[in-house]
Amino acid sequence: MELYELTVHELLEKLDNNEITLEDITKSYIDRINDKEKDVQAFVSISDKEALEKVKTIKERNTKFAGIPIGIKDNICIKNTKTTCSSKMLENFVAPYNATVIEKLNEENMVYLGKLNMDEFAMGASTEYSAFKKTKNPWNLNTVPGGSSGGSAAAVAANLVPWALGSDTGGSIRQPASLCGVVGLKPTYGLVSRYGLVAFASSLDQIGPITKDVQDSAMLLNLITGHDEKDSTSANIEKKDYTKSLRQDVKGLKIGVPKEYFGDGINEEVKKSVKEAIKKYEEMGAIVEECSLGIADESLAVYYIIACAEASSNLGRFDGIRYGYRTKNFTSLKDIYRNSRSEGFGAEVKRRIILGTYVLSSGYYDAYYKKAQKVRTIIRKEFEKLFEKYDVLLTPTSPTVAYEIGSKSNNPLEMYLADLCTVTVNIAGLPGISVPCGVDKAGMPIGMQLIGKHFDEETILRAAYTYEQNAKFRENYKPEFKK
Amino acid sequence: MSREDYEIVIGLEVHSELSTKTKIFCSCPTEFGGKPNTHCCPVCMAMPGTLPVLNEKVVEYAIKAGLATNCKIADVSKNDRKNYFYPDLPKAYQISQYDMPLCEHGYVEIEVNGEKKKIGLTRIHIEEDAGKLNHDDYGRGSLVDLNRAGVPLIEIVSEPDLRSTEEVDLYLKKLKSILEYIEVSDCKMQEGSFRADVNVSVRKKGQKEFGTRIEMKNMSSFKSILRAIDYEAERQIEVIEDGGKINQETLRWDEVSGKTFSMRNKEDAQDYRYFPEPDLVAIRISEEMKENIRKSLPEMPEKRRERYVKEFNLPEYDAKVLTSEKALSDMFEKANNICKNPKTVSNMIMTDIIGYLNAEEIEAKEIPFTAQQLGNLVVLIDKGTISSSIAKKVLQEMFENPREPQKIIEEKGWIQISDEGAIKEVVLKILEANPQSIADFKAGKDRALGFLVGQAMKETKGKANPQMLNKMFLEELKK
Repeated sequence: MELYELTVHELLEKLDNNEITLEDITKSYIDRINDKEKDVQAFVSISDKEALEKVKTIKERNTKFAGIPIGIKDNICIKNTKTTCSSKMLENFVAPYNATVIEKLNEENMVYLGKLNMDEFAMGASTEYSAFKKTKNPWNLNTVPGGSSGGSAAAVAANLVPWALGSDTGGSIRQPASLCGVVGLKPTYGLVSRYGLVAFASSLDQIGPITKDVQDSAMLLNLITGHDEKDSTSANIEKKDYTKSLRQDVKGLKIGVPKEYFGDGINEEVKKSVKEAIKKYEEMGAIVEECSLGIADESLAVYYIIACAEASSNLGRFDGIRYGYRTKNFTSLKDIYRNSRSEGFGAEVKRRIILGTYVLSSGYYDAYYKKAQKVRTIIRKEFEKLFEKYDVLLTPTSPTVAYEIGSKSNNPLEMYLADLCTVTVNIAGLPGISVPCGVDKAGMPIGMQLIGKHFDEETILRAAYTYEQNAKFRENYKPEFKK
Repeated sequence: MSREDYEIVIGLEVHSELSTKTKIFCSCPTEFGGKPNTHCCPVCMAMPGTLPVLNEKVVEYAIKAGLATNCKIADVSKNDRKNYFYPDLPKAYQISQYDMPLCEHGYVEIEVNGEKKKIGLTRIHIEEDAGKLNHDDYGRGSLVDLNRAGVPLIEIVSEPDLRSTEEVDLYLKKLKSILEYIEVSDCKMQEGSFRADVNVSVRKKGQKEFGTRIEMKNMSSFKSILRAIDYEAERQIEVIEDGGKINQETLRWDEVSGKTFSMRNKEDAQDYRYFPEPDLVAIRISEEMKENIRKSLPEMPEKRRERYVKEFNLPEYDAKVLTSEKALSDMFEKANNICKNPKTVSNMIMTDIIGYLNAEEIEAKEIPFTAQQLGNLVVLIDKGTISSSIAKKVLQEMFENPREPQKIIEEKGWIQISDEGAIKEVVLKILEANPQSIADFKAGKDRALGFLVGQAMKETKGKANPQMLNKMFLEELKK
């Protein structure tokens, strides 16, 4: 078995037993990148030389994760490194500071293999909206990896990195994880600092791990959580050790299955696979019950109003004045603004800025933004009610498996439906994890989503771990790089 | 109809920079000046991915201002984003407060022609200042300086309760004095830390409804605010008298031409798309916090004024003038602590110091010498070391080249002659030179004594002790 095929906890074991060196690991990944990146196109920038140089300087493993490589979604700032958000607007932007999560990884002395591709400014569900390249799904190179953290999910699935950080505003970690057959966790809003994550929608964004298995997910979550004075929305709660919840135990666990996520919009094979997983949970001793999340239908509308409204304001700073792309074609200040933004942003970003500007405009604010905020409160309350009865909720992660590149990119509305099962979790600020639960007839991976109570990552990790250990997806299926 | 038939209605939006050490959303210094873009960090430069963190001192200072102006303080307040594009606004939105300001429904009391009048305050809210554009004189472009970006401001919005430029003047002075007393702002107009936008409309006397109001910006001093209001009221009355209509618009005051120019009208009014700032959490203000801030408020001008009359026996008028500005009042108290002569300190401040400030157009807080030095100066008078006429000269010197008064009189040789022998010598010399005066005095003309003393002062360049001169002349004349 090649080193790049191992999970991080397996690598640590080998390091502890002195079977391998840190350099072996990084070299193994660099070889793999050299071999497969041309097919997958997961990276915006590769820092193989820097990674190797750095790992050579680490003589002693003073911290648990010293010298362990990682890939970072390209909307998270690493000092003196390009942070492009896969946008022409920031093509040459070099971050002058570190995101808080990067500071934390630096404390561990981890090694960066590169910055991973994404939909421009995290807006999209297929990574086709990257201004630079289209990342391919390692299971079938003609299909999308999902998005917006498509580069992160594809890189982990293709073993180009052992694990990666992504960001999730409406499903951007969980949906690509599902489409690429890996594990993706969106933490509770406020659990991980957003400082240094280029904002898409401030009240929804969270950074989270994309990993090969649940144990790695818990370990990487441990590394990035914690209160941050630089982020007012970061929760001031005691730091937990999430690896403690990695027990095989779902006896008596109450699982609610909202029927709204098994309707017409969901692919039959996806439904079938998730229902089999539900059966498995019952066999393992969980108590499963169908339940109802009445506002599921409204959640997409609420999501697109709030996310676009915040985005329209957050992206105002890309104005061609201080940094980023500036048009060559101007004679007035208005020209600089209009032309820099027209030329620097892609179509989807512009679409969302226009949508967001519209819903915040005087005369429309009450009908859209204000109403959406009210429905958001209702959604939160509905979840609260469900969680009085259930420990976790279980749904499909994505309505479909990975689809062919180009098949939806000209139909934004259809593309928005990809977020159907995931957005409510962001709206309510809850934690959600996507775990692979099978493949369809064509062999494309299917994921299920477990949703937990606020700051109860432990329970969804435990439920996911128990399923994973019994279903053994990783042992049974591997990406084949079909062309 | 003429101007006398109209009433001017004025409301003010005052922006005052708070004197916190650090900016409102990051820990950069608020200090004025500094090379361009040196008081900045990724947060106030709006680098992608950065987040604001609210400076708690800003909330405290704003609540202080609210309590000092009789406002109701909110239990829960929040920040909102005001979205617009301009190169001095790096985030393309200003974090301000929209519908839940920290303070509401207050008032400031002014005294118009001896009668008290309450000017209502609609609200006081917190927000961040923008940066500055430095326009190249040669038209090559504009440079952005973000040192001021993120400096905390409070905006104090008054009701349209003001009816004349006189009232506006009194209101602004009072407001400034309050902010200085509670030490939340240093209100330096020339540094832009205290500025006002003005809403003006006119209506026929007796008319109930307000006229259409226009907003004026860009006035950089009290004087130009008053000038602008005068100009604008006159213009509006003229338009109405000519049968025209006032259009709601925003005007820019031009100090050089003394005229207003249209910035934008109602049709192309900006839509700021206010919405709650998702990067910040709600501001919750407990009763305990309000009470603690209330307790920390210093003695306000009215209270001081009463105390000065009672404790120091000062005339009501003196007490009012002294307490009108915190800097003067503080100087008075500190100087008096040293010399224990309130009346003399008060006189020096009221006539000599204020006279100098007015003549040179400088502010009380810019007085270059210390209160201790003023106190020491009065001690020198009281000890008879210098005369009060010399004291005036010393004070002038203290303004121009501030140092200890003792040092000044030594350097200048202004020490009063109080030596009996020396005084006698002068007295005899003057008497000898003025036999006519002696005759006049003896003939009952008391004025002659004054003349002789005057001559003696002239002879000694004002340094002779006047009381001793008087006494000795009388003794000699009566011989």
